[in-house]
Amino acid sequence: MTTGTLIGQEVKRVEDQALITGRGQYVDDLRLPGLLHLAIVRSPYGHAKINNVDVSAAANAPGVVSVFTGADLAEQLGSLPAGWVLDEESTGMKTPEHPPLAIEKVRYVGDAVAAVVASSPAAASDAVALVDVDYEPLDAVTDAEQATADGAPQVHDDAPGNLAFDWSVGAGDYEAAAAEADVVVSERIVNQRLIPNPMEARGIMADYNAGTEQLTIWTSTQIPHLVRLLFALVTGHPEHKVRVVAPDVGGGFGCKLYLYAEEVICGIVAKQLERPVKWIEGRTENYIATTHGRDHIADAEICGTSDGIVTGLKVHVYANLGGYLSTFAPAIPTILFGLMLGGCYKFENLSCQVKGVFTNTTPVDAYRGAGRPEATYVVERMMERYAHEIGRDVLGVRRRNFIRPFKRGHDMPIGVTYDSGNYQGALAAALDKFDYQAFRQEQRAARSEGKLLGVGFSTYIEICGMAPSAVAGALGAGAGLWESSTVRVHPTGTVTVFTGTSPHGQGHETTLAQITSSRLGVPMENVEVVHGDTERHQFGTGTFGSRSLAVGGQALMMSLDKVIEKAKVIAAHEMGVDAKQVVFENGMFYVEDIQEREIPWGDVALGAYWAKNLPPGIEPGLEAVSFFDPENFTWPFGTHIAVIEIDEETGETKLARYVAIDDVGNVINPMIVDGMVHGGIAQGVGQALQECAVYSDDGQLLTGSMMDYAVPTAEDFPSFEVGRTVTPTTVNALGAKGAGETGTIAASPAVVNAAVDALKHLGVKHLNMPLSAERMWRTIQDAKEERRARRSAAARRGN
Amino acid sequence: MNVDVTITINGTEHTVQVPPRTLLSQLLRDELDMTGTHVGCDTSSCGACTVLVNGNATKSCTMFAVQADGADVTTVEGLASNGELHPIQTAFREKHGLQCGFCTPGMMVTAVQILERNPSPSEDEIRSGLRGNLCRCTGYHNIVAAVQYAAEISGGE
Repeated sequence: MTTGTLIGQEVKRVEDQALITGRGQYVDDLRLPGLLHLAIVRSPYGHAKINNVDVSAAANAPGVVSVFTGADLAEQLGSLPAGWVLDEESTGMKTPEHPPLAIEKVRYVGDAVAAVVASSPAAASDAVALVDVDYEPLDAVTDAEQATADGAPQVHDDAPGNLAFDWSVGAGDYEAAAAEADVVVSERIVNQRLIPNPMEARGIMADYNAGTEQLTIWTSTQIPHLVRLLFALVTGHPEHKVRVVAPDVGGGFGCKLYLYAEEVICGIVAKQLERPVKWIEGRTENYIATTHGRDHIADAEICGTSDGIVTGLKVHVYANLGGYLSTFAPAIPTILFGLMLGGCYKFENLSCQVKGVFTNTTPVDAYRGAGRPEATYVVERMMERYAHEIGRDVLGVRRRNFIRPFKRGHDMPIGVTYDSGNYQGALAAALDKFDYQAFRQEQRAARSEGKLLGVGFSTYIEICGMAPSAVAGALGAGAGLWESSTVRVHPTGTVTVFTGTSPHGQGHETTLAQITSSRLGVPMENVEVVHGDTERHQFGTGTFGSRSLAVGGQALMMSLDKVIEKAKVIAAHEMGVDAKQVVFENGMFYVEDIQEREIPWGDVALGAYWAKNLPPGIEPGLEAVSFFDPENFTWPFGTHIAVIEIDEETGETKLARYVAIDDVGNVINPMIVDGMVHGGIAQGVGQALQECAVYSDDGQLLTGSMMDYAVPTAEDFPSFEVGRTVTPTTVNALGAKGAGETGTIAASPAVVNAAVDALKHLGVKHLNMPLSAERMWRTIQDAKEERRARRSAAARRGN
Repeated sequence: MNVDVTITINGTEHTVQVPPRTLLSQLLRDELDMTGTHVGCDTSSCGACTVLVNGNATKSCTMFAVQADGADVTTVEGLASNGELHPIQTAFREKHGLQCGFCTPGMMVTAVQILERNPSPSEDEIRSGLRGNLCRCTGYHNIVAAVQYAAEISGGE
């Protein structure tokens, strides 16, 4: 039996027993009698007009039940919604129609054109090949900058110049600062397109009961309630007659955070056929049909004094949005990017312009970190670029520009308020683990042996706890970002916790049970955490943006407080004292100094339901519901240090060591937080060293498999050295900031900074990701060639 | 035209009739309802579907069911015995070697083979042995720790 305070303890996960014995229930593990299988006909062209869709051969194929085209479903299906719409007047925001099945035109390879329903998955996929679509190929454009050029192919007629929006934010006067600066350094910084790659691709099963008109949709999603809401809006099927269930979900990383065409199609097809329907996404299909991340071209400029004081930063971005606006796409390169460009530094002049651009590629939306990795990469890369330019140490320059430690509230020039921070403290803790001076000696020694070593830093900050609904709404959010909880105490004193968060690997069943157990003094095994089912829990927002503990955890705390408050009133009545005199501790109600009059938790729970001796005006039962909408975001930070080793002969670049100090505020389960950090680091390092989605000019995805894309393996990493400083947030009573994305945000600049450090003596100032062996080999060859040319020119001048 | 496949899975013999193009992973999941074995890709890259076929870690999506005719197969459902978790299962839980759990069945089966061939592997040997299994949640850090711990509690040094 586990009792007492479990906050801060490494409690083993309650999720694991099912998952390690093969008893997980992911969507494709679910079975229903009479199940049909759906497969999607997808565009093989990046851009084409649809002249005709002939389904007759497919419809007559063995096992095929029905085939649906966009025209067939046009009456039942509206446009997929843009869930985040920026201010139209200031940004020129365009929200073109997005039919779930394309009707007149396809806009990327993978765009859905028709749906085949058959008695088996094999029959459905065989029949997909028989759907005869008459395409008229059009010129395509895949690069965001090229898409804005005169004469570029037009993805949407109602978005001239392929511009979805032109968004700006700023503070102070950058141009004046640059004019006065000793040093101005500019660099084009590309944050390449990534493919999220949760190990479970998407999957959906839908079932309709024509008698009750109840439609149930099981889907591998991070946001079951938002899927239900958006589904109702798109299809007109009443929200209260739709149940969305997220069963076990095999990873998300942001790409399961939207309403997808297939969810709408499966639901409507199940309703129309009155048969259960399942669609399981293949991996090759996932690479073209599920959202991608990043894909920024940023022209950055930093200015400052010659002795290391940064005075301003300017960033102009082309953000590739793909063929349509995915649900939250406009938020990622704007709010979550532009508002982060101040980093943890004091400079007051900032200018940021972001052009959101349509192209003939898979839609781009959140991928772990979502906007913040792009911002951090620009800020941390430019800080080191500037330090190199003025010939100063990268750590000294950071320390000169850090915001001083603060415990409650620091107003940034850009208009946001950081909650709490101690950037010097995190850097010092990281350097405790990493001997900088010793590394510099080792680096020199290694270089004389032909081995190139480099160290890179990332003193990052991020915006988390996606949250204040009024702020988010003013910035374009189409939904509230609060979170809800219900605590239901049963007559025997056991507890069911319902949460609106929707975990997919984050261990909420454990973390939320730890909190509940600690507050109520009931053992962990007497607490059940329920999530991911719109029929079991009232509206909730879901899991993304490192919000689940900072927002959802606090919503749980509020319900626990309410339940305890009511239980105290019942206990006081039983003991014949005033409720104010009652203390609740370790599962016992008692009155100070009258120790013999104590009542255990279970007795009060039973009393609440038995109701034979309730105080006047107290309703039977013991249950509470809460909605928490915080006043601010949370702002985790930290210092990450990467050591990179480059083989000078081959260009092969490897991560030799990685030290991470994160400050995510108070921690409930350090084991789970460390695990989050490890996974995030691997994704950030993966981006820096090897991952990259590449399109041909006509819109074919050239990195169409996990091998071509180079998903990292166990061999690509060393073990990571992680640790923490603790600066609690004041935004919620838990003091928790959120820990889901730190690694992804911090790692890529740390690694690239390290690689540049390794090649600095050759004159290399910047490197584009990924740091593939070929790119590094060419960089080294070019740098050596230039150095030779410089030396011989100098020699000639000497003569 | 269906074909007969006789196969022993986790100690129980099954004879099923399947179309010749049926993959071993499909036989397990769709014919026998053993959904612990997952399919995470369609290019033999991810290793989530790994099972032991006659003792060899095998990607079950890359083998036809008919090729496994007469074979002895162990899946994740067969790792525990008599209600006792296999050391690798215990180790994955103790060392937090899983998050979303989707890659875990294949990962554990591969780890079982690593330890059978080398009861006390080095970190590099573990990482090399796991290179055919992808995980996107853990950064492999705690998976490697779990395999090391499994070696320890299984008596390896």
